[in-house]
Order: sequence, then C-alpha cells, then structure tokens
Amino acid sequence: MKTYEEINAKIEAKKAVVLTAEEVIGYVEKKGLRAAAAEVDVVTTATFGPMCSSGCFLNFGHSSPRIRISEAWLDDVRAYCGIAAVDVYLGATELRQGDPANLYHPGEFRFGGAHVIEKLVRGEKVQLFGLSYGTDCYPRREIRTWFTLKDLNQAIMTNPRNCYQNYNVAVNSSDRTIYTYLGRLKPRLKNATYCSAGQLSPLLNDPFYETIGVGTRVWLAGAQGIVYGEGTQHTGAVERAENGVPVEGGGTLALTADMKEMDPRWVRAVSLAGYGVSLALGVGIPIPVLNEEILKRAAVRDRDILATVVDYATDYPNRTGKNLGRVTYEELRSGEISVGGKKVEVGSLSSYEFALEIAELLKADIETGRFTVSRPVRRLPVDRSFRPLAIRESERYG
Amino acid sequence: MAETAFTKKYFLYFPKCETEKPIVYHLVKDHNLMVNIFRAKVTPEEEGYLVLDLTGTKNDIERGLEFIRTFNVSVNEQSIGLRWDAERCTHCGNCLPHCPTKALDFKDRAARSVAFDPSACIECLSCVANCPFSACSSVF
Repeated sequence: MKTYEEINAKIEAKKAVVLTAEEVIGYVEKKGLRAAAAEVDVVTTATFGPMCSSGCFLNFGHSSPRIRISEAWLDDVRAYCGIAAVDVYLGATELRQGDPANLYHPGEFRFGGAHVIEKLVRGEKVQLFGLSYGTDCYPRREIRTWFTLKDLNQAIMTNPRNCYQNYNVAVNSSDRTIYTYLGRLKPRLKNATYCSAGQLSPLLNDPFYETIGVGTRVWLAGAQGIVYGEGTQHTGAVERAENGVPVEGGGTLALTADMKEMDPRWVRAVSLAGYGVSLALGVGIPIPVLNEEILKRAAVRDRDILATVVDYATDYPNRTGKNLGRVTYEELRSGEISVGGKKVEVGSLSSYEFALEIAELLKADIETGRFTVSRPVRRLPVDRSFRPLAIRESERYG
Repeated sequence: MAETAFTKKYFLYFPKCETEKPIVYHLVKDHNLMVNIFRAKVTPEEEGYLVLDLTGTKNDIERGLEFIRTFNVSVNEQSIGLRWDAERCTHCGNCLPHCPTKALDFKDRAARSVAFDPSACIECLSCVANCPFSACSSVF
C-alpha cells in the first residue's frame, strides 16, 4: 500500500519506478503481483484518436475602439460568440462557411474547426472576422485582423468528452459503401474499424475510476492539463466483463489544458469522408499504484479486453441495441477478426504507435520529476446508466 | 543466352507540347516492351502524367526510355504519382483494409508503424479518399 504523497515524494526525488501500461504487463507476469505492486509506483497510460467533442475557448483582448463580437469566423469557420465580448468557443467539428458538406456525397470535409485549431497550435496565422450590433461601451461593428496563438490572452483547449473507455467495432452489412465517424466501411462486412488504444488506454487500465477522477492531472498534447469533470455520455453502469472492464462505451473524461503549451505533433485535424471534421488529440494519464488491485487492473492485456461489433448500416443508426458479437483487442490488432464465421479485415482510427510514444514521454516526465500524480477531488460515477432521447408528441408531458 | 526480361515502374511527366504523340504505341511496336499503365492524365493543351510498368530486356527498356526522352518527356524512376507524407501519418492503420496491394502496411504487427512501399503501389488512390489525417495525396 502506498499513498499519493509517498509516490510524489519519490517522483520529486527522481526515484519513482515508472512503467508504461504495456511494459507493466510483462513485469507483473515475471515478478508476481505482490512484488510488482511494491516496486512499481506509477503506470503510464495513453491514447491518440479522433474525439469530436473537442474545441477551445479563445480570448482576443480588446481592440480600439472596442467591439462586443456577436458573430465570428476564424479562417471562415464559425465560432460561438454567445459569451463575453471578445471570448469565443471554436468547436472542432464546425465546417468552413460554404462547405458543401454531404451535398455531393461523400463530402470531403477538408477544412473545419479542427484544422484551425491545428494551425493555431502550429503557430500559424489565422484570420478573425467579427461582426457586432454595437453598444455604447463597445461601438465597433466589424473587425478583420490576423493573429497567432501567441497574440491571444488565453487559448484553452476544452474537451467535453475524451478518452472513451471502450468503443464499438464498426462493420457494414449492407451492399453499398457507407461513410461513418469510424471511416469508410465497405459493403458486406469487407472491413471493420475500431478506435481504442486497448491495453494502453487510460480508462481500460482503471475500469472503476479509482485513481482517474475530477482533478486528475493529465498530459494533453504535451501540456499539463486536468480532468475537469466526467465527460459527456459518461456511463459507468455498462455491461462489464469478469475483470470489470466494460465491453461497450462506458466512462468518458472532460479534459482541459493550455493550448499554448501544446506540441503540434499531438494535435491533428481529421477529415472523415462522408462524415465530417474531427480532432485527434494525444492524451497521457498516470495511474498511481496505490495497491495490488489497482496494479492488477492496470496490467490488463489486449486479449482480456472485449469490444462489441456493431452494424453501422442498420443497428447503429436505428439504435436497435443489437450487436454482431464480441472480439478482443488482441484479435483486432492482429488485423483480422471473425464476425458470424466470416473473416473481416480490420483497420483502426486510434494510433497505438502514437499512444505508446505518449506513454513513454509521460514516463520520462515522471521519472525526471516534472510530472507528479494527483488525488482526484471527486470520483467519477460508476453507477449511472445512459439516457436515450425520447421523441415526445407534445410540449406537455409527464 | 537470351537476355532476361524484368519489370520496372516509371513516372512520366509530359510538358504541354508533347501530349499528342503516340508514345506508348512506339514503346510496344518499336522497342518490344510490355506496357502496363496504372494511371494516366494526358490531356491536349495541358501538361500530362503517366505512371506505368515497363517489362522487357535491359537493352529494350534503355532504348525505350531514350526514345521517350527525345520528346522532352521527363522520366522519373524514383517517384510515383502517389505521395505519402510521413509527417502527417499518425500510424492509425485505417488505410490498411483499403489498400489492395499492401503498399501501405504495418512494418511489423508488434511495432504498428505504417510504412509505404512505392513499388507495390498501383495508384488506385483509395488511400487518398480515405486517409482521415490527409497523409496521402496525388501528384495529379
């Protein structure tokens, strides 16, 4: 048994024993759980994949004369202005003004909010165009200027949802190609897509949210950020395997960090043909080894994590609740799974390679005392189930 | 002993003025070469591109290439019409099921980093439409 304070004292003394969630698997196998739990202080987890629920709050500072921006476009991508005078929220999935979207199917979605975010983190110049109705204290009615990330007072990445605990494997049973947020799915189960770092992914290594909670310090695209709440659609009460690991979506995290500290390598705009724009971000989260149980769960292997195969031609869009069976991440990572006796080629949207690199970077940060672990100020709910949206006939109900 | 035939991929760039000559015809007829065109965009009054495999003896191929060069067409043996940007690739592997020849594949399953083998690419451009990170693009 160790405490957060003891682990942090070792980190500060640069004596902490840190392993990635991949390395720890073999280590526990070799040393045994008890000995490994006594030796290892921190396990680093990571993930890199698209997460649509991403965006950033930007503060521009004030022009002379002042403007209270009521409509704004950043490189022609609309930003939300229903907040203070020169604050905006730029959402990752917002399309550029005039983008034909899926008018000519499948749309290409070559530029959107995520691309503006990527440009900002790369230090590139972005155009602000803003309109206002004008007030006595903010008389300017229109503004057009160019800025970089450095010019802003604040640029705060805010992901209402990130780090989905687990996720569907998508296939297509129909006889035409379909275009989804899990990529292009060829007809008659010709290919499958999954999107998780599996044994490296944060919440698959802490399935009951024992160490990752509100207030946990995280590595977000190279910046030190925090978990500011449960993520949207967080659902602790899902079907779990015997080892406690969800076999479907499960928990999510809401994350935030300073964009000015981010490394562009880990902030990548995503164009999903026929679907839209998204943003892929690198996330690393340390798991303090407080006891043997926590280590046991952090040593989970791909072969012990199940994902549910879902038909995105029928069952997903119509929410029938049906599935086509379950497969392990070991099978997914082999490049081929079996669905109803048929061999299906597998691709991923999540990068294991990048996740591993992030887990190593976070490990190095902890080993050198630059990143400490933090006790959550509040745990994420384990018992809450998912609410669907009812379509009601009238305003008066209940 | 008869010379052995081999196959090699070439990327031809046609400047604006040379697009109306039946170059491929002469490669077959006069230089005894087998031609397998992967992709072509040769439009009158515009510059053109042609990506093809030539099969023949070393001698015949050399003569054929010399013939092509007389039209001021540039022959590139190193490059093809598909560009894979290693910087933009995040190694997610989404391209793998969409690449029919495994020109895009994991170097090895354990490491999981994607590598591009231009010699295996048949320029179907499936990856261009598919890559979520826009790592693949076409020269023409």
